[in-house]
Amino acid sequence: MTDLTQTKLTQQQVRERIEQRLASRHRKEKLFRGLGIASIAFGVLAVLILFTDIIGKGSGAFVQTAIELRVHYDEQVLGIDKVDDESLAWANFTGVIRQALQQRFPQATSRGDKRELNSLISTGAPFTLRDRLKANPELLGQTETVWLTADDDVDTFVKSLSDSAEGFRGRTSDQKAGWIEQLMDSGELKKRFNTTFFTNGDSREPEQAGIRAALMGSLFTLLVTLALSFPIGVAAAIYLEEYAPKNRWTDLIEVNINNLAAVPSIVFGLLGLAIFINFFELPRSAPLVGGLVLTLMTLPTIIISSRAALKAVPPSIREAAMGMGASRMQVVFHHVLPLAMPGMLTGAIIGMAQALGETAPLLMIGMVAFIVDVPGGITDPSTVLPVQIFLWADSPERAFVERTSAAIMVLLSFLILMNTSAVLLRKKLERRW
Amino acid sequence: MNKRPVAKKLVATSLAALTIAASQVALAARDHISIVGSSTVYPFTTTVAERFSRATQFKTPVVESTGTGGGMKLFCQGVGENTADITGASRRIKQSELEMCNSNGVDVVEVQIGFDGIVLANSKADQPFELSRKDIFLALAKEVPNPDGSATLVANPYKTWKDVNPALPAHKIEVLGPPPTSGTRDAFAELAMEGGCKKFDWIAAKKDSDKNAYKAICHTIREDGAYIEAGENDNLIVNKLVANPNALGIFGFSFLDQNADKVQGSLIEGNEPTFDSIADQSYPVSRPLFIYVKKAHADVVPGVKQFLAEFTSERAWGEDGYLADKGMIPLPTAKRQQVATDVRKLNALSNLAAK
Repeated sequence: MTDLTQTKLTQQQVRERIEQRLASRHRKEKLFRGLGIASIAFGVLAVLILFTDIIGKGSGAFVQTAIELRVHYDEQVLGIDKVDDESLAWANFTGVIRQALQQRFPQATSRGDKRELNSLISTGAPFTLRDRLKANPELLGQTETVWLTADDDVDTFVKSLSDSAEGFRGRTSDQKAGWIEQLMDSGELKKRFNTTFFTNGDSREPEQAGIRAALMGSLFTLLVTLALSFPIGVAAAIYLEEYAPKNRWTDLIEVNINNLAAVPSIVFGLLGLAIFINFFELPRSAPLVGGLVLTLMTLPTIIISSRAALKAVPPSIREAAMGMGASRMQVVFHHVLPLAMPGMLTGAIIGMAQALGETAPLLMIGMVAFIVDVPGGITDPSTVLPVQIFLWADSPERAFVERTSAAIMVLLSFLILMNTSAVLLRKKLERRW
Repeated sequence: MNKRPVAKKLVATSLAALTIAASQVALAARDHISIVGSSTVYPFTTTVAERFSRATQFKTPVVESTGTGGGMKLFCQGVGENTADITGASRRIKQSELEMCNSNGVDVVEVQIGFDGIVLANSKADQPFELSRKDIFLALAKEVPNPDGSATLVANPYKTWKDVNPALPAHKIEVLGPPPTSGTRDAFAELAMEGGCKKFDWIAAKKDSDKNAYKAICHTIREDGAYIEAGENDNLIVNKLVANPNALGIFGFSFLDQNADKVQGSLIEGNEPTFDSIADQSYPVSRPLFIYVKKAHADVVPGVKQFLAEFTSERAWGEDGYLADKGMIPLPTAKRQQVATDVRKLNALSNLAAK
């Protein structure tokens, strides 16, 4: 402005100058907006590539190849004459399956051929038959047609046929491939929904592996984390924000909390190993210890977000309540806390989502483990979803590749669910002044 | 205003959760076997663990994949409910580890379970390599004998495989392999690199005079980018090989077995890595796999003895056993019988030279 007055420009000249600059200002504006759109487009593209890759690889895991067999529950082959728990435990169901396969393909006679033939069916199939017989004892001595889970090599071969005419043979011999094609042509082989994936724990056999144990482990771990970190975090935030005097000590505490939020998570694992397992002698591989360690990890996040939520409550609310004669505690619990709750919950959910995706601290406390039995409580040995993904990604069996991606899909859907609920909760409860 | 119950409920629920937590801890006593150790042995111990729990009334053992060295540390911590019962190792226990174990009151029973082959593989899009251990050493060592033939060392000058051996293709030397923390890397250095390094008489002569210098020459892998550390995940190496047909990758035989449509193993000293060539030891780069059992726990933790019996049964580790299906190469029959009888006696390992 000063140079305008100094040089005493005419109105005409002023307008010209402004118009000149206007074009360049508009150009800059456009460029900036363009860059913003470009960066968002880049992010969306990356997410799209990730999702198509994971879904493309993982969708196969939700179906599982099964083979139809006419099974005869022969007392002699089974080696039992009545159906009770003890005899079922010893009964030779593998023999029954072998007999059924032999009847279906009588041409396989040599020892090698029979071995090939028997490897069509999953090693878990005898247990399917055992459960069927247990549920229906009258089947003993009878014949029935059942769908049995195929071996993972068969499954991989059948699924790869949709990609190329030859398919991935891998360890499948020509003879075995011939049998599989024969079964497919006669409709005795089909792909069905893979319920095992949701009902079983981990297994070395991909066709019997499931995420149930890991999912329950994650649930128990998060329950412990939530039960501890939310009340402790909120209490700490309320004290620091509403009661604590502002002095050097509270400054020090604040710096430390912010610091802890940035500490690599493996450090919390080491701490957990030293304190909870070695000193308090809590069991290894237990969700209780996992939850305690993740509590330490999520506490700073919850405290920081809760403090921010408390700060956002306008002082007029506090002053009005005080003016009406409310005590300090009444002010906090009747007026400030309800208003700050949406922010606190959002912080807690984000902290929980972070804890759900964590593997590094769990390595030290033994939760990176092979868990078959579905945990029933917080002291049973268990693992968590991201660890399950990590373990499967490292397995040599080909069929684990699709299971890895499928488990990632399950984990992602939980994360999306949690983060969406955080957004919705905030939208619903948020108050503006 | 109806705000107070919110806070009250919150406190009540968390208190309830804590009480449940506390009461459960008091009841906990370990009724499952705890296994730690090598990620190479992990697929085999887990397979046995699963079959074992199905065949018996015992709970499924919990198997952690911690790496050989990490497993030894946990295993040798002492005797008691919070320490592991068994550890897997993709190499033999070191004297220092055995001493650490013994000083913590841990008596160790050694069980050799089988072999694992280490393969150098490339993409199927290209020809398979025919290598000797000497080629491997010259291509990957940090310092190699002077090409002019004198008994001195120079920084590795070789850029392509053709430089190393004129019979090999003119591809740039690019090898993807595990990082130094991995047991596979240790075994590769010992079996492949040292195997080639010994071929130079003047270096082999150093073995007796200056063991440390000998080891440094033979085991140190070059750091100028020709050897690329690709992490512990062997599936990742397989995928990278497919993307880059000129590169070679180092990993365990079971990954080659499962990805035979994508990658092929290089011939070493004219031997293709196959199940049979590793089992009869004609393929030179194979290593023994072990599990170590804590003697004091064998009678205390339910199922340890039965687990060992399952592991050393013919249906598990035999030539047609289920571990062979998973890619473990079985021991020769006589050796299997001997190990199985030794395991039943549970003789503690006192000294490495003794066996």
